[in-house]
Amino acid sequence: MTDIATYNFAYLDEQTKRMIRRAILKGIAIPGYQVPFASREMPMPYGWGTGGVQVTASIIGPDDVLKVIDQGADDTTNAVSIRAFFKKVANVAVTTETAKASIIQTRHRIPEHPLTAGQVLVYQVPIPEPLRFLEPRETETRKMHALEEYGLMHVKLYEDIARHGRIATTYAYPVKVEGRYVMDPSPTPKFDNPKMHRSPALQLFGAGREKRIYAVPPFTDVVSLDFEDHPFEVQTFDQPCALCAAESVYLDEVILDDHGGHMFVCSDTDHCEKRRDEGHRGHLAPQTMEPAQ
Amino acid sequence: MTDEPLLRVSALSKFYGSRVGCENVSFDLWPGEVLAVVGESGSGKTTLLNCLSTRLLPSSGTASYRMRDGQFRELYRMSEAERRFLMRTDWGFVHQNPADGLRMTVSAGANVGERLMAIGDRHYGKIRATAVDWLSRVEIDEDRIDDEPRAFSGGMRQRLQIARNLVTGPRLVFMDEPTGGLDVSVQARLLDLLRGLVTDLGLAAIVVTHDLAVARLLSQRMMVMKDGRVVESGLTDRVLDDPRAPYTQLLVSSILQV
Repeated sequence: MTDIATYNFAYLDEQTKRMIRRAILKGIAIPGYQVPFASREMPMPYGWGTGGVQVTASIIGPDDVLKVIDQGADDTTNAVSIRAFFKKVANVAVTTETAKASIIQTRHRIPEHPLTAGQVLVYQVPIPEPLRFLEPRETETRKMHALEEYGLMHVKLYEDIARHGRIATTYAYPVKVEGRYVMDPSPTPKFDNPKMHRSPALQLFGAGREKRIYAVPPFTDVVSLDFEDHPFEVQTFDQPCALCAAESVYLDEVILDDHGGHMFVCSDTDHCEKRRDEGHRGHLAPQTMEPAQ
Repeated sequence: MTDEPLLRVSALSKFYGSRVGCENVSFDLWPGEVLAVVGESGSGKTTLLNCLSTRLLPSSGTASYRMRDGQFRELYRMSEAERRFLMRTDWGFVHQNPADGLRMTVSAGANVGERLMAIGDRHYGKIRATAVDWLSRVEIDEDRIDDEPRAFSGGMRQRLQIARNLVTGPRLVFMDEPTGGLDVSVQARLLDLLRGLVTDLGLAAIVVTHDLAVARLLSQRMMVMKDGRVVESGLTDRVLDDPRAPYTQLLVSSILQV
């Protein structure tokens, strides 16, 4: 790319990056607290990761290696576009391998491969306020956070049990960070909640439309809310991945035809490919791999 | 215990700019006592109630409340966190319009259970059992526990609101026209219920109403307000049977005789 000079490094101007870094530092200092920031217009629509992109743009350096996933997959539109974007505007190395990435921007999954110290996980967040659907007033929810009035969060879980006999919330499952702030872990499946607890990686959350940044520093307690008689539990799957035979990973259901045929495969494509390279085979795995469409 | 009041109000005034909301109101409220505040609309009843329940800050004057540890605390000097904690544990507030005091989009059971969860109750089974118990005490069928208040009649909503407020065993309840907008037979049952609960639980209550019959049924003592000032106060029966202030005489003689 010879026209790289037409962009500032990583697209945003330096003043904006400083402003966002200040918000990030404040967020790290107060784990789980939603820091307002002056979100910029990005060359993509709201809801496509404008918050995550701004956070990534503010922390990325020329030596970083970037991985972008969308629902666990490296090869979907959102992931491919954002990866191409940073390749163009920051000229950084990109990868699909979790272990090789220094920054992983994610839409709604945490990779299956355990994260390590020094890695940064950047979440794209649509609605940062966990209390929003119960209390529509922002003035009131801010007050509730300030005064640690979180009874309402349990009202939601109570409603789940009253209606469904169990806590039916499966994604965006509310957590308490470091015993203080209740936080929305973005719409990740609750399967990933335990991975946030005392994770060695830094976790940053950016909500572009809602103009909020929050953070979970490494080795921070992240506890999912529950009732004593209805404890938190993650989803379980009664069959392994159809391609790589992996168990105790998060699976996506893929429809195969219009006669009800379907299969369950790893949502984390990198993890699945790694396992197949190592020789693991599920019951629907092709003998010779065909290139993706 | 009972030789000390629960709430001491002294020279409380609230001005809206140059207009008077309420002016120079003083009284003591003892535990287990029901005080009615009556007067025509615009007389400052609701302003007074909102000041006492710290939903509004007064322009001048003081109010101190005897906490559960027996110490008097001045309400307007407490931090907001303390006041809100008081509001959802030791106090209740029954709004005239139940929609203001209920969460209309969550079930009746969750409405009753919210205060319990807010003070740290984390056992679903116990919360639900308490909710069932309270619904039966306010005469709502147990099988309505998972219905939203939107599906309830006006009278049921009002009873649900009362249950929601009383579940934490408050010592003081504020009521703003609790029977307003209900038809007379529903009013009568609600009053009956309120009277029973207030006696059984030994609640102190401040009831704002323009309906003298409500005041007569519920309260031991009453204050008559006009233009933001208290024009007469005393035992309810005395005030209603032998009104002294000209305005009270007018008010009492205005009751329609059926």
